[in-house]
Amino acid sequence: MSDMSQVRPRKAQAAETGRKPLPASLQRNAPLVPVDSAGGQALAAVIAILTFLAALCAGGAELVAASSAQWRSDIAREVTIQIRPNPQRSIEADVQRAVALARQTPGVEQAQPFSREESERLLEPWLGTGLDFNDLPVPRLIVIKLQEGARPDFAPLREALRSEVPGASLDDHALWVSRLSTMANTIIAISIGLVILVLVAAGLAVIFATRGAMAGNREVVDVLHFVGANDDFIAREFQRRFFRLGLRGAAVGAGAAMALTTLLGLVTRSWRASPAGDQIEALFGTFTISWRGYAVVVLIALLVAIITGIVSRLTVRRFLNGNG
Amino acid sequence: MARAGVKAVYNEDFEEGMAPSVHFENVGVRYGMGPEVLRDLTFSIEPNSFQFLTGPSGAGKTTLLRLILLSVKPTRGLISLFGEDVSRISKDELTDLRRRMGVVFQDFRLLDHLTTYENVALPLRVQGKDEASYRAEVVELLRWVGLGDRMHMLPPVLSGGEKQRAAIARALIVRPDLLLADEPTGNVDPSLARRLLRLFIELNRLGTSVIIATHDFSLMDQLNVRRLVLGDGRLHIDE
Repeated sequence: MSDMSQVRPRKAQAAETGRKPLPASLQRNAPLVPVDSAGGQALAAVIAILTFLAALCAGGAELVAASSAQWRSDIAREVTIQIRPNPQRSIEADVQRAVALARQTPGVEQAQPFSREESERLLEPWLGTGLDFNDLPVPRLIVIKLQEGARPDFAPLREALRSEVPGASLDDHALWVSRLSTMANTIIAISIGLVILVLVAAGLAVIFATRGAMAGNREVVDVLHFVGANDDFIAREFQRRFFRLGLRGAAVGAGAAMALTTLLGLVTRSWRASPAGDQIEALFGTFTISWRGYAVVVLIALLVAIITGIVSRLTVRRFLNGNG
Repeated sequence: MARAGVKAVYNEDFEEGMAPSVHFENVGVRYGMGPEVLRDLTFSIEPNSFQFLTGPSGAGKTTLLRLILLSVKPTRGLISLFGEDVSRISKDELTDLRRRMGVVFQDFRLLDHLTTYENVALPLRVQGKDEASYRAEVVELLRWVGLGDRMHMLPPVLSGGEKQRAAIARALIVRPDLLLADEPTGNVDPSLARRLLRLFIELNRLGTSVIIATHDFSLMDQLNVRRLVLGDGRLHIDE
């Protein structure tokens, strides 16, 4: 072997004699910390499952939020006046008077009384067809549609009805809307809570996996320290590896959740004509997730990958600090 | 290189007034509650010096190298590296000190999932250098240690001697101020051992302090340099 002073001339000679030029890169960008072991694959699977569950929770919450907003806006725009029959009064006159009072109220777009026949038809599902309703005191309904965005004060109308149309009652569905809102908000809050729990579970899984990877790669970490790597460099290497692992798992989980949602959308669409389909549609709308739902799923997948990377980095820093 | 030559290099390049690369003052080490495996170590490694660290197996050569590498803490005494007391250094300062040292481990400690090229380039990579800036240098060194045609291979398929040369190349690539080599010729034939020794001599000529831990007397007899002899936990210096 020659000494170093002889190396450069030899190199120059080699160039002259046509030694092969160096390729653009001799580095394969191989990770310095190999975490693609069986443990790494198991973590990717766990992350995929957790992301799938989180995405379903978030997608469900979005579906309920969108449906409940639709229900509430529909119901909140409708107010009903019910007039109970009174043998001493003409119900037709009462209805006309109530309609007139309703139409005078600011914010009311339309006041439509149900005719006697229409009111009787409403009872048919309970009492059956072919009955003579003449002897029954069938109440009459007036459906009031409000203008878009209008929130009129019904106190004067209620007062006027009480004094001019005895037996009339105004139902602005406030109780129903409030219960519906409470139910929808509870479902959304539970879903958000589940998403947070799932993200915490993913974080804990990453902590265990990182500590396992650190212990399994102790030799590698030692060598990296001896060749001059600082803790931050090592932590960054782990973070990079775990972020990719997390991204892969999260993409699989989110993809599966989207596929399932699309499949359910197709199935419910094919059931639309059936009674079960009608029930599902009444509850969930058309069971299709809007672009916002898909965006939430993608966001969760990214969040899971970022959490995976950050948690692994913090765990490595803590592990290295704890081990001198 | 002749004995006189090494002696001359050692003497000529010694610079008066420079802090020693390594200074130990009454250093002792014990593992747990056991007896001291090394005691009362007091010595200096001067800049640009060359020495062997020898002694029978189990005498504590590797422990002494680990003390210098700061991977073992002394139970007593003072250690300074490049003029800096290491008892209270921060992690960043520790990293800076380690970047001034090259180490050849007895068991090589190559990373099996990286190619020979990537292993040798590792000290530069961890410093955040761009690959293009060191590629030619790494390839040149690999060719120089006879691993030019092995650079894409993974360590598990290299022979013992090839692994040893890769480990040596990894230690040399950063042109360290201090080179620690633990039995660097333990797995090679005498002819290759002589070639590797010449490599260390050349590095020393370029300004690196070299400590070679060995119990191979035939290797030590090739050079008339300082010998640090460990025995019974104590150090005897044979100038």
